[in-house]
Amino acid sequence: MSSNTDFVLSIEDLTVSFDGFKAVDKLNLYVDKNEIRVVIGPNGAGKTTVLDLICGKTRATSGSIKFKDLELTRMSEHQIVRAGVGRKFQNPSIYENLTVFENLEISYPKGRSVFGALAFKRTAEVVARVEEIAREIMLDEFLGTEAGLLSHGQKQWLEIGMLLIQDPELLMLDEPVAGMSARERELTGQLLRRICTNRSVLVIEHDMEFVKNIAHKVTVLHQGKILKEGSMEMVQSDPKVIEVYLGH
Amino acid sequence: MQVAMNKLFGGREGLVGLAILAALIFIIMPLTFDIFRLNLVGKYLTYAFVAIGLVLCWGYGGILSLGQGMFFGLGGYCMAMFLKLESSSPESTKIQSTPGIPDFMDWNQLTALPWFWEPFHSLSFSLVAVIAVPCIFAFIISVAMFKRRVGGVYFAIITQAIALILTILIIGQQGYTGGINGITDLRTLKGWDIRTDEAKYVLYFLNGALLIGCILVGRLIITSKLGRLLLAMRDREDRVRFSGYDVSSFKVFVFCVGAMMSAIGGAMFTLQVGFMSPSFVGIVPSIEMVIFAAVGGRMSLIGAVYGALIVNFAKTFFSESFPALWLFLMGGLFIAVVMLFPNGLAGIYTSYIKPRIDAWIQGRRGGGNLTPTVPAEPQDPVSPRTAERTPASAASRSLAAGIQSEPSRS
Amino acid sequence: MQAFAGVSLFSVFVLMALGLAIIFGQMGVINMAHGEFLTIGAYSTVMMSMLAEKFMPEFLPYYFIFAILVAFVVAFSIGYLVEFLMIRHLYRRPLDTLLATWGLSLIMQQIFRSAFGAREVSATLPDWLMGSWQPVEGVDIPLNGLFVLGLTILLSLAVFIFLFKSRWGLKVRATTQNRLMAGAVGISTPMVDRVTFALGCGIAGVAGAAFTTIASTGPTSGSLYIVDTFLVVVFGGAGSLLGTFASAFSIAQAQSVMEFFMSGSMAKVLTLLAVIIILMIRPEGLFSVKVRK
Repeated sequence: MSSNTDFVLSIEDLTVSFDGFKAVDKLNLYVDKNEIRVVIGPNGAGKTTVLDLICGKTRATSGSIKFKDLELTRMSEHQIVRAGVGRKFQNPSIYENLTVFENLEISYPKGRSVFGALAFKRTAEVVARVEEIAREIMLDEFLGTEAGLLSHGQKQWLEIGMLLIQDPELLMLDEPVAGMSARERELTGQLLRRICTNRSVLVIEHDMEFVKNIAHKVTVLHQGKILKEGSMEMVQSDPKVIEVYLGH
Repeated sequence: MQVAMNKLFGGREGLVGLAILAALIFIIMPLTFDIFRLNLVGKYLTYAFVAIGLVLCWGYGGILSLGQGMFFGLGGYCMAMFLKLESSSPESTKIQSTPGIPDFMDWNQLTALPWFWEPFHSLSFSLVAVIAVPCIFAFIISVAMFKRRVGGVYFAIITQAIALILTILIIGQQGYTGGINGITDLRTLKGWDIRTDEAKYVLYFLNGALLIGCILVGRLIITSKLGRLLLAMRDREDRVRFSGYDVSSFKVFVFCVGAMMSAIGGAMFTLQVGFMSPSFVGIVPSIEMVIFAAVGGRMSLIGAVYGALIVNFAKTFFSESFPALWLFLMGGLFIAVVMLFPNGLAGIYTSYIKPRIDAWIQGRRGGGNLTPTVPAEPQDPVSPRTAERTPASAASRSLAAGIQSEPSRS
Repeated sequence: MQAFAGVSLFSVFVLMALGLAIIFGQMGVINMAHGEFLTIGAYSTVMMSMLAEKFMPEFLPYYFIFAILVAFVVAFSIGYLVEFLMIRHLYRRPLDTLLATWGLSLIMQQIFRSAFGAREVSATLPDWLMGSWQPVEGVDIPLNGLFVLGLTILLSLAVFIFLFKSRWGLKVRATTQNRLMAGAVGISTPMVDRVTFALGCGIAGVAGAAFTTIASTGPTSGSLYIVDTFLVVVFGGAGSLLGTFASAFSIAQAQSVMEFFMSGSMAKVLTLLAVIIILMIRPEGLFSVKVRK
């Protein structure tokens, strides 16, 4: 069952240690197609480290991360992205000096090699795709705005858009609604539900209302291990989870 | 066509800048200076190649190399080796104990030409080597460094150390390299005497043409997606990497381009000045080349040429008349350009001079319509969310319209 | 035998690198003028020696101890001033700092040349520093080398204690690790920066005093060491004082041992090349820790 290819992502026995400290400890995690999975857990539970491991930013000490049939632990960051894994960072990571249009264009998955980039042209196809994504992330009116001038929430959307334009099969979002207003959270929830129709989404989030709103399934991480996995109601009523969250 | 024009020449303004530079190099300087001074200008312009390469690497790529002298030197040495072999024919060197090898080898008791000198009998090999040797060298250095994510100051220090190693090596192995004096006494290129005034004129114009060519190549790079990626990488390297780009390969590319341009400069230096020596390879010349780019403006290709010209004119003037003052000035220049004018001459131009020119042009046109008015497109009702930022969104709409209309022009 | 010849070189390396390790390793500032602070220390020592000779010949045997102090104080004060006038405007712009301090080094070299002349000058060493020690028949260890080595060890210990055991050191480390937070808990971070930078320069000054025992001083004496010193610091792993010590030792030893077999320039080429190749394999240096980012 472990090499079941129905899973988009299957993490097995994943361990990483920093000078002896195990930030992630023998983790097993499986994500289905078209699933929105939310990972929650107290600070330092290893949530961001898991994303770092999946996208290749941090190298695993041992264990395996399979994306469909690809072993990600042996691939470089850009290969992982090209295979179809997109990752949004905790703090909006966009090109502040470029316009929204240019931000999206630079993320457009053509002209990724050196000479490809030299020869890249802004064709009608590119423009159409950028506009399509901009509509999706509710920034179509801001295409010419310098990205640094956007609100915090809009920057988060822009970064999501920069991933969407690459049409990844697995989208990983690190705290997508942090710093957003209630209205923006609601729109983000709708956005995530819209975009998961043909891809899986792995979200790290602290905002429980939001989690309840979007999650198909919730995984609780604690000290680098899975504490509980299941539906939101199930997780919320679990005594161990409550203890971890409410303190000792 | 329009788009290609914009790319290559940077729009009307870029074209004007290039035209002025070309006029200066090809018309004004040759008319005002005698051949001795013009040859000097030609020498300064060979440094401009390095400065243009640095604009690409440092200004755009964020990679500060303190070893560009290596590539200048390698290009120059490859050229010099060919010329030296030509001037070391058995007839002209028959007084040596081993005729037919360069004089400095004979002085160092070498009795045969070292194997790596052999291919430099061929001009076509030498011309290829001028570009290829520095490029391969740059490729090895940069792959080793960038694949392992060494960047920033570490890269600067290590390139400096490599420049130091190369200098010590060249000076130490004088039997093979000519040592501290370098390769001197170069005379002819395929029988054509490069020391005559006529040859100097030809070489000067060739040099200028190559320089303009390098500027155009640089323009092509920085206006392409690659140029935008370089800028994006400078600020958010991780985001670029996690957008599916192999960041290191872009850095390697731009570093190699910088090295090749420096090498062309080096080869032209050898041809115009008639020798090549380790004093253009080491730490001090390499860091001085950085100041050319910094004075011109680290983001401006054309600025780099002016930077190289002005600093070198000043250097020649002061080190002839007030040698002590020159080092103070040079040092002060480093400090001032970093602390007061980080964008160099180009920055001064865009923030002080250009607004006046624009105002003057606009005045002449009677406040004419310089800015094409794009009709706002109030198709979508402004949602409450965006209402608070109307000025930005209005501006954005017109800009977006501009972007959208661009592809249709091509 | 050859191993002992490396002792003096090693000591100067360590002292230079120690100062740089503080400035570069702790503060992240590239000080290309670091070599000139060594020169300042060396010239201060030479000046002290000339003063002693001229006015107080009876003081000559003891002046050197005093000169070390003066070298430190002079270099420290100038470093303090340089930080205030220049460096503090350039934090966060390491590449620019590099260029600006290079400019500073050119200016300082020219000042030395104008003030002391282009010719090299040397200090008169007290008699007790001359001669050598023969622990075994056939082995000569120069006394000045031993003295400089002792001085180096003492100073390294002092720096270590200062950085890792004292209240000031705690502030310095707090500032370098999290400037905002350090400021928030009431540490005057600009003051910490200034003193840390000045301290690094002061140690380079002492390196200069030590330098006078092995060579004569010229306007560019210090700048000859700058690239090597940076390599020493980077090779050791920036931020690790132990690493700096170890890498200075290995580089100096490698060079003097190899000089036994080949020309000095080839020895230097091979040493630097080895360092660079090792750095390419292990960019973070010899001693460094894996951190959770």
